Amino acid sequence: MADLALDVTGLRMRYGTKDVLHDVTLRAARGEVLALLGPNGAGKTTTIEILEGFRSRSAGRVSVLGTDPAHGDERWRARLGVVLQSWRDHGKWRVREFLAYLGGYYPKPMDPDELLAAAGLTDQAGQQIRRLSGGQRRRLDIAVGLVGRPELLFLDEPTAGLDPQARREFHDLVQRLAAEQHTTVLLTTHDLDEAARLADRILILNGGRVVADGTAAELTQRIAGQDEVGWTVDGRRFTRSTPRSTEFVFDLFQRHGHAVTDLEVHRTSLEDAYLTLVREAES
Amino acid sequence: MIFRQGAVQGLIELRQSFTGGELIANLFWPAATLVAIFLLRDRPVDGTALPLGELVLPGVLGMFVALGMLLITQQLTADREDGTLLRARATPHGLRGYLIGKLTTVSATVLAYLAVLLAGGAPLVTTFHPLTLAWVLALGLIATQSVGAMLGALISSSRGAGMLSLPILGLIAVSGVFYPIGALPGWLQGIGQTFPIYWLGLGMRSAFLPDSAAAVELDGSWRHLQTAAVLGAWAMAGLIVAPPVLRRMTRRESGSRVAERRERTLQRVG
Repeated sequence: MADLALDVTGLRMRYGTKDVLHDVTLRAARGEVLALLGPNGAGKTTTIEILEGFRSRSAGRVSVLGTDPAHGDERWRARLGVVLQSWRDHGKWRVREFLAYLGGYYPKPMDPDELLAAAGLTDQAGQQIRRLSGGQRRRLDIAVGLVGRPELLFLDEPTAGLDPQARREFHDLVQRLAAEQHTTVLLTTHDLDEAARLADRILILNGGRVVADGTAAELTQRIAGQDEVGWTVDGRRFTRSTPRSTEFVFDLFQRHGHAVTDLEVHRTSLEDAYLTLVREAES
Repeated sequence: MIFRQGAVQGLIELRQSFTGGELIANLFWPAATLVAIFLLRDRPVDGTALPLGELVLPGVLGMFVALGMLLITQQLTADREDGTLLRARATPHGLRGYLIGKLTTVSATVLAYLAVLLAGGAPLVTTFHPLTLAWVLALGLIATQSVGAMLGALISSSRGAGMLSLPILGLIAVSGVFYPIGALPGWLQGIGQTFPIYWLGLGMRSAFLPDSAAAVELDGSWRHLQTAAVLGAWAMAGLIVAPPVLRRMTRRESGSRVAERRERTLQRVG
């Protein structure tokens, strides 16, 4: 299908006798931001490296922008942007000259000064890359990932090791650039908030399997759709789990009126849902 | 486009190697070698009327060309460790651009060494055949750079690349740069003449010494034909073997591999 940026069916990866990925299936429409969420060792990086064309797979059908990454040529490569977990290359180069140099490899590169401004690095343009802070370096990596105006951007654990402020700035940058350029983004993360904040759709990967796939709201409902309601009547404490807490509370008041005190409603958070899921998959 | 990118990379890397602290590090070896040559310059050498300084300088030029091989090996392994090669792999045509850039950088660095040595050693030189210099240098650079790139692909860590300098020093010792190869036992002569360093030295001596000096060489001649044949054979071998070896190396690069190596390096340090 031409409108799919990513189309993966039955992807398997085996090292020796150990299966790292079992039957991973995922799709991303053009312009969609997809998060691959999972604990460490779930197979996120293996998956993204296969899609980037850096690793060969054991089995399965993989199409990235209509091409099998195992046979991707340089024209295909020019349509991708890759941001790895940690780059520390080209430390002696200056920020702007590095962006301008890499842009030279692409048919329609972005203007380095525009990119620097977007990444908030204008003041660092003449600085050596190794002297950038962690957050600045990650923003430069994003800028490098975008320099060729990619149709598809891969972000592998983009904010690991960043402080909350730098992480927030990074999120803003990704959201803005993905929206402006209508770029499809596949990001891996073990941080649930990050997935919920950035992604249109979340795929939870655990033990090499996709255990859930949906928007943040859908996942919350589907996996652990029970809210916890607690109340007191006549000095006695009650708790109850229910999928429809609002209705339940209405009924409660109809039955007991003013006798109901200390009402508490706990909505399931996505975090609870995620933890439940990972626990289930592990046991 | 690739050649322009390679040239841009080469120029930027050259600027890095010849500014600040790296400039001093880069000038140290040719300068120190020059000092040694000057201290010994007037010593007479058996079997020739030429002083030692004039005899040794051309061989040293050849040796520095050969050391360019170590340079490219070290840079390749270092660039693999810090992810520079993976970056090139993630960029369209990036790998070819990178290699062209690297060859530009290292060749120009070697030429800069030679320029320093020649500028400083000029008072010792009485004879100069520019054409001979040109072909010996061209063949020598192709041979040493391609073989060096191949080694850089085969050796997996920069520590391994550092160890490579030991056998190279051994080869220099039996290559007639500082000590006439004719005075060595036959089997060492054989080893010396298998590798490019000896032939680079011989070729350089033929470019900078009067023809009468050929009398102290093996066979009493400059052996231009054999020089071209041996250097040419190494160049051919390097050009044929290096590309597939480099491709194989980069095919195996990925983010997690770079991260693994980094972990290992940190463990070694910590």
